[in-house]
Amino acid sequence: MNGVHDMGGMDGFGKVEPEPNEPMFHEQWESRVLAMVRAMGAAGAFNIDTSRFYRETLPPHVYLSSSYYKKWFLGLEEMLIEKGYLTREEVAAGHAMQPGKALKHGTFDLANVERVMVRGKFDRPAPAPAKFKIGDRVRAKNMHPATHTRLPRYVRGHVGVVELNHGCHVFPDTAAMERGDNPQWLYTVVFEGRDLWGEDGDPTLKVSIDAFEPYLEPV
Amino acid sequence: MSHDHDHHHHHDHSELSETELRVRALETILTEKGYVEPAALDAIIQAYETKIGPHNGARVVAKAWTDPAFKKALLEDGSKAIGTLGHVSRVGDHLVVVENTPQRHNMVVCTLCSCYPWEMLGLPPVWYKAAPYRSRAVKDPRGVLADFGVALPKDIEIRVWDSTAETRFLVLPMRPEGTEGWSEEQLAELVTRDSMIGTGFPKTPGAPS
Repeated sequence: MNGVHDMGGMDGFGKVEPEPNEPMFHEQWESRVLAMVRAMGAAGAFNIDTSRFYRETLPPHVYLSSSYYKKWFLGLEEMLIEKGYLTREEVAAGHAMQPGKALKHGTFDLANVERVMVRGKFDRPAPAPAKFKIGDRVRAKNMHPATHTRLPRYVRGHVGVVELNHGCHVFPDTAAMERGDNPQWLYTVVFEGRDLWGEDGDPTLKVSIDAFEPYLEPV
Repeated sequence: MSHDHDHHHHHDHSELSETELRVRALETILTEKGYVEPAALDAIIQAYETKIGPHNGARVVAKAWTDPAFKKALLEDGSKAIGTLGHVSRVGDHLVVVENTPQRHNMVVCTLCSCYPWEMLGLPPVWYKAAPYRSRAVKDPRGVLADFGVALPKDIEIRVWDSTAETRFLVLPMRPEGTEGWSEEQLAELVTRDSMIGTGFPKTPGAPS
């Protein structure tokens, strides 16, 4: 979706402000949100692409004015309501009012903690040979799906070069909608800065994205 | 984080923000419905606070600086090479290590959300997740670097890696001069988090940290 989350190349957000000796969490609740998201994901309530989509669909003014963990919280709450794990009445009451829905991997307990600390695997067997090889010139499609995609707007329509082939991976566009892994070849595609940003762009800049095969067309 | 801290504040809810109250309510509901055990949430937080962090990435960088065979393997397949180091094997299968050279400086961003190599660098800092960095890194990386007080030679290539999939990127910075004969442990002390994102350089020997 063409949301405010797709920030590459936008102007007006000001300077980057590193914080010296930044704490891991600025508020205690942030750590609880992190843990709840990791736990409910590991328990099978949602996949990572679905959770990203729920953050992206926050209203633009909410997205832009909320901290990172606030966005995580708002996305989590809405996602769990829409997937039937809790109700708006329960959220308003602050207590459970009916039994829970079955989770794919059961209650998240201490025995599951180690599992969330190991990064998931996203590569899958290839359903078809790769269409592109390293060195191929490819165009990022001019596509504007209203649902989740990982093709940023700033590269759409531009020509780049395939630099790496990462194998077949879970396709976020379908996984986010809970329509299966639908594995697709994944490539690093590199663009010249001036192709993206015009003649005023930095001539020493190259930008790459990791692009799934359905995002690309041959040139 | 333990619940003792919470109990300390329970007597006065007026001190709590609306967000904090909502987060607590959600945890109560998830617990009452049998989805999560609070002790398991505590354990996740404790694991993030103690087990992950830039020390993992620093160890990998220092080894690459001292062991040419490891460096070669690391640049060929980051996950596989790091897997051989034992305790930093949580990195998963999709880590790509990119090398800074006198001709090329690498910088990592996630314009769409905040993808970051947690297992190597810990949880990302606020600036990495915020709009100024996510918007400008791909268009004006030299301007972003100036915000960090970093200036690069005019003609050096800048390569920005936008983390748009589940691949993760770690920058292998250049080894500082004046460190000949240093041990891996000594070198690891020079490797900063930002040098592995590409928004900074390693510390210089003898400079105040």
